[in-house]
Amino acid sequence: MMAVYIKELLDNFRDRRVIINTLILGPLMGPVIFAVMISFMTRQATERMEAPLELPVVGAEHAPNLISFLERQGVIITEAPDDPEAAVRQEVEEVILRLGPDFGEAWEAGHPAPVELIADLSLRYSGTTITRVRGYLNAWSGQVSQLRLQLRGVHPDLTRPINVQVTDLSTPESRGGMVLAFLPYFILITVFMGSMHMAIDTTAGERERKSLEPLLINPLPRWQIMAGKLAATTSFALMTLALGLVAFVFAMSYLPVEDMDMALNLDLRVAAWAFLLCAPAALMAAALLTILAAFAKSFREAQSYMGLVILVPMIPSFWILIDPTRTETWMTMVPLLSQNVLILDLVRGEPMNLAWVGLSLATTGLAALVLAAIAGTLYNRPNLIFTSG
Amino acid sequence: MIEAKALRKTFNKGKVVAVDEVSFSARDGQITGLLGPNGAGKTTTLRMLYTLLKPDSGGIKVDGIDPAAEPLKIKRALGVVPDSRGLYDRLTARENIRYYGRLHGLDKATIERRIDEFVRVLDMGEFIDRKTDGFSQGQRVKVAIARALIHDPRTVLLDEPSNGLDVMTTRALREFLRQLKSQGRCVVLSTHIMQEVAALCDRIVIIAHGRVAAEGTADELLARSGEKTLEDAFVKLIGSDEGLLA
Repeated sequence: MMAVYIKELLDNFRDRRVIINTLILGPLMGPVIFAVMISFMTRQATERMEAPLELPVVGAEHAPNLISFLERQGVIITEAPDDPEAAVRQEVEEVILRLGPDFGEAWEAGHPAPVELIADLSLRYSGTTITRVRGYLNAWSGQVSQLRLQLRGVHPDLTRPINVQVTDLSTPESRGGMVLAFLPYFILITVFMGSMHMAIDTTAGERERKSLEPLLINPLPRWQIMAGKLAATTSFALMTLALGLVAFVFAMSYLPVEDMDMALNLDLRVAAWAFLLCAPAALMAAALLTILAAFAKSFREAQSYMGLVILVPMIPSFWILIDPTRTETWMTMVPLLSQNVLILDLVRGEPMNLAWVGLSLATTGLAALVLAAIAGTLYNRPNLIFTSG
Repeated sequence: MIEAKALRKTFNKGKVVAVDEVSFSARDGQITGLLGPNGAGKTTTLRMLYTLLKPDSGGIKVDGIDPAAEPLKIKRALGVVPDSRGLYDRLTARENIRYYGRLHGLDKATIERRIDEFVRVLDMGEFIDRKTDGFSQGQRVKVAIARALIHDPRTVLLDEPSNGLDVMTTRALREFLRQLKSQGRCVVLSTHIMQEVAALCDRIVIIAHGRVAAEGTADELLARSGEKTLEDAFVKLIGSDEGLLA
């Protein structure tokens, strides 16, 4: 078994393509995409929040007070295009403020004066701008109503029967956890990617090279040959996992997290925990991919199966992204899902529940061993050995 | 010493009968040739001998060992060069051979000593430390033979060993097989080439349509068929000339 293990590692380390794909590109892909994505997102958000707001206004002459208030707030009032609806629809402008000729009339009469915001709410990028414009309008509206009440001798507090305050208990770490919601997915995909090539090479590749038949003539129980191959594949997956996690730790340290008032709780200690959590998943991925690849006659055929299997770790990750819920005990017993929820707890900076960690390791480990045992029996099937006849 | 008795093997749930009632024996210190046209069942017979296939019925004994009862022991007794050479392209010839030595549980010193012997006998000095990617057929066969015999087996099975070899390499191969014979080993090879058995084999087992059509020395076969050349004898004994041109 050791002989098979050593040979498979040596064989695959000789292949420069494998090294580049699984040990360099694979672990780097996640962190790089992730870092670029997050820094882009935050830069966009802060730019939109802080950049001077340019607001095209139709009929500015109908409400000079409002306009001067906006200008005092630093809003740059610009001339609106002739056809404001078309301008928004063609995405020339994000938001246009329209004040009709009836504004002055209603104002004088003491009725709510109509103010129209023209925008396409399905465009996500316009959300920040609309919120800012609304905020200015509400502030002005509040000011005016206070003045009006004071003129009539009414205390303005009478119109505020309750005062709502939200006490935010989120910590910089837990806010960072929101950003790191994608992390478990990237980690698990790294594990699958890491074992993929090796799983194919040691099984389907062996059949394609026609070296499986001579190999099985050696005086070694077949499950031992498979065990050596699985061990090599798992080692590769673990190596990829470790490199990927270290790359993540480094990539995250370059992010401008202080600007976002959050902390990314991803240091080497957290990475070590994540490694421990995902280690049984590595054996599971290796066994699963090996079983599939063993049925394929050629490299190409095996690769076409792999495309589908890569979706497997995505299912729990996306489920959690779509429907975020509290971690419950049953979740920690479902392989792949348990790694997801526990890594999320980890990056939120919550104390580790050791019972949950144990459950996750045990159940995933058990599933991995069952798959490995199935893989071990595969070479007892003659139709998986011969390429022809 | 190999004894095969009434071997039968079917595929596709019994629809295709690959080998039926094949019995023969191969003695130590002799080269036994399984001769037959393509698809006659030679490879299937050999695969049953080296335990990769289980016969549906019939029995095999190699040096008195029953493969069904002791599959690992019989694998240690055999050296097999199968039809598919299957070398690892990214490993050197030496590493390929060493791998099989390790799988046989041999220690380092023994493996290296045996490899040095094969380098000398099979004339592999030029390419022993090169990666096998791009090796010629002849070089591949030599590596496959060294790999199969690394554990010094008493019985040697070769499936179509001279396939794709040029004349010079074939001559060297035959010389090597004669050496194995003179060392007292039991050598069994399958082939569809008449000249090969004529030049090499002490005993000939003619297989056609999954059955043994005739068995004996070259002279015995000539006498039985009443023909003058082995080729004519072969055609007469298998009852047709199919596969001869392949």
